Amino acid sequence: MNEPLIEVHRVTKRYGEVVAVEEASLSIRKGEIFSLIGHNGAGKSTLFKMMLGLLQPDSGEIRIQGEAISGERFRQVRRGIGYLPENVVFYDHLSGRETMRFLGALKGADPGTIMPLLKKVGLEEAAGRPVRGYSKGMRQRLGFAQALLGEPRILFLDEPTTGLDPAGIREFYLFLKELREQGVTMVLSSHNLAQIQEQVDRIALMKTGKILTAGSVHELREQLNLPILIRVSLEKPEMEPLRDALARFPECGLAPDHGSATIRCDRRRKMPLLTALSGLQGIRDITIQEPSLEDLFLGYVESPEGSGRQGAGQA
Amino acid sequence: MALALKQIGIIAQKEFWDRIRNRWVLAVSVIFTLFALVIAYFGASQRGVVGFSNIELTIASLVSLAIYLVPLIALILGFDTIVGERERGSLDLLLSLPISRPELLLGKYLGLSGALAFSTVAGFGLVGLFLSYHIDLPALAQYAGFMASTIFMGMAFLSLSFLVSVLAGNKTTASGAAVALWFFYVLIYDLILLGILVVTEGQVGGDLFPYLLLLNPADIFRILNIFGLEQVKTLYGLATVFPESLASPWVLSGAMLFWIVAPLGLAYWKFR
Repeated sequence: MNEPLIEVHRVTKRYGEVVAVEEASLSIRKGEIFSLIGHNGAGKSTLFKMMLGLLQPDSGEIRIQGEAISGERFRQVRRGIGYLPENVVFYDHLSGRETMRFLGALKGADPGTIMPLLKKVGLEEAAGRPVRGYSKGMRQRLGFAQALLGEPRILFLDEPTTGLDPAGIREFYLFLKELREQGVTMVLSSHNLAQIQEQVDRIALMKTGKILTAGSVHELREQLNLPILIRVSLEKPEMEPLRDALARFPECGLAPDHGSATIRCDRRRKMPLLTALSGLQGIRDITIQEPSLEDLFLGYVESPEGSGRQGAGQA
Repeated sequence: MALALKQIGIIAQKEFWDRIRNRWVLAVSVIFTLFALVIAYFGASQRGVVGFSNIELTIASLVSLAIYLVPLIALILGFDTIVGERERGSLDLLLSLPISRPELLLGKYLGLSGALAFSTVAGFGLVGLFLSYHIDLPALAQYAGFMASTIFMGMAFLSLSFLVSVLAGNKTTASGAAVALWFFYVLIYDLILLGILVVTEGQVGGDLFPYLLLLNPADIFRILNIFGLEQVKTLYGLATVFPESLASPWVLSGAMLFWIVAPLGLAYWKFR
């Protein structure tokens, strides 16, 4: 699980004046689900394309299974890679099955696996119809099915849930879990953070071509030290006892709101604060809200340097 | 990198069958058949007769027709082959598979050449079959030579269209460039040569003239066909301007081969 499978070392890609990816370094481990997260235009797709050998980096190096991304030896590696491009496009006149046959032949996949794969993504009925008539969600499903041709050991999925309805998205993440159990390494990109939070092992945050940070959601929470929110509902709309209790925590902010209050506080002060609150009379309930991936992301991305609003709660 | 024949074959098959399925092959075959029939039957009507009479004149008329039609068809067939996939977004998906860029390019070229050759043989071949009742064996061989050189000229212009498709930033530019190539090689090139000869009263380029014709695949095609036909050669006055040394079918075929290989090679080099 810990051996690095994909290594990206100080990779830079420019388009004229525009720096699409700048000095990006990553190490993706075997068997993990890794996600690149960033706004549209942050450089995720460009980095993806470089990892797949579709674009040559201007500088830096990428290795997959220890092989550089070119030459005859990489062809072998490539047989074990599945790729779902962002906004995948197929040949309109071919049916789903013909599309799979064509791509599968190029990949050297067993033709006997085509119908089971189409069935798996729910396209069994539509397999004989031209892709022209497919909905966006169906195209995305076909895209996922073709990525699985040839039993890949590494999957690159660029914005994989685009166009899927909520049921489709849930199903998609179930597939990912299944594949993870089979030891498939997955790299996905997304700008939908709420969705991906529970599904991935590690994430890397990207902004304007730079990788700001990488780690598990837990690690990033620790690292960024975003404030936690403690919501206190009171029996009576009296704020004074609460204010008195918070006097010992000058760094914590208090926002009263009709018989309840939200305390915004440094996560390292969580336990002392809770101890203080538990001694108070007239408290009906306490809920603790950890910063979401969304908050983490915004914490990094909204700061001018992209260095993070570190320890906003301490200010 | 070694070329994987299997991958080339898969791409070639898809391109070929795509043209069969969307009836491109059928449409072009029908166009060729109709034109060839009309020309064969009415070709001699200027002299007051109709019917299948003179094979040499028939071939000469077909050559004039093919010189306009085939380059246009070939250029239209190939101009969007790469830029189209790029613009549609399917190129990335293809190249993420275990196939190299040269294999993709070569596969597409072979597949489309196959479609072009198939249409040519089906369209003109049908008329050839019909003619075989009226003409003797040597004349039939000449007709076969005409068909073969038509295919090669088509392949040369297809090769040019691949170069356009690799270089162009989008489909609109590519289609414009393809049409411009057709104008240049089919309509303008000979006029320019002729213009230079006339304006300078033959002082400039007179000796160079035959060699300059080799720089145009359409002209090579014309010379290849016309030179075999004694009657027509005299009619065109070609014998007087064209040196025998250049008129060898081998030299001409070699020049045509250059026009097939060079643009494709350049396209390969730029696409890599």
